[in-house]
Amino acid sequence: MGLPPLAETAIELGAHVAGWRQAVALAGDLLVRAGATRAGYTDDMIRMIEENGPYVVIAPGLALAHARTGPDVLADGLAIATLATPVAFGHPHNDPVHVVLGLAIADARRHLAAVAALANVFNDSTAIDDLASARTTDDVLRVMGERR
Amino acid sequence: MKIVAICGAGIGSSGILKVNAERVLGRLGIPATVVAADVSTVRTVAADAQVILTSPELVDAIGPTFADVIVVENYFDTAELSRKLEAALGEG
Repeated sequence: MGLPPLAETAIELGAHVAGWRQAVALAGDLLVRAGATRAGYTDDMIRMIEENGPYVVIAPGLALAHARTGPDVLADGLAIATLATPVAFGHPHNDPVHVVLGLAIADARRHLAAVAALANVFNDSTAIDDLASARTTDDVLRVMGERR
Repeated sequence: MKIVAICGAGIGSSGILKVNAERVLGRLGIPATVVAADVSTVRTVAADAQVILTSPELVDAIGPTFADVIVVENYFDTAELSRKLEAALGEG
């Protein structure tokens, strides 16, 4: 299995958000729009950061918003939002965040295959900048290896 | 050798650490089992671990441990992971 499904409706470019909460909420809304989650999962992703800190900012400029799977996860899904103005999550090394990924995995047994595919994309150090500067949905899909 | 990758949820970012740590250990030729876990279960999961991989924010939540705690800044930078794993495991 490769990446979780990335619906074109789950991509938003140049979004204006006031802070990290809105940035994560946007990624959550995109997952809802794509039919992968219900709104409760968005709240879970925000709570994860409230409780554990901004550890989801796993690389310079990139946040991987996610939470445990549960009844609000309807299907595997990936969402990508790029921000018009980067926002701080409070991470000691990787702020500010330009790109927010939302990740929902319905079956925890599949999660390692999904994140391995994410690692394949982002272990290339140019991927985050390429996403941040993407102008079209096609640009994003190309970076993610979904379209040539 | 047991290595535990920690995040808040036990899926997602800890999974990325696990996957990339396995790749790096393979390249270094170091046999090890890497387990992904969430921070609330770290005391039991990591009781017999030599190394804990995590992000700066979660270090305090791990609490007292006999394992080497490696703080990873960029989860996708396999060179950083390689350098830090080699430094921690090379001493043993």
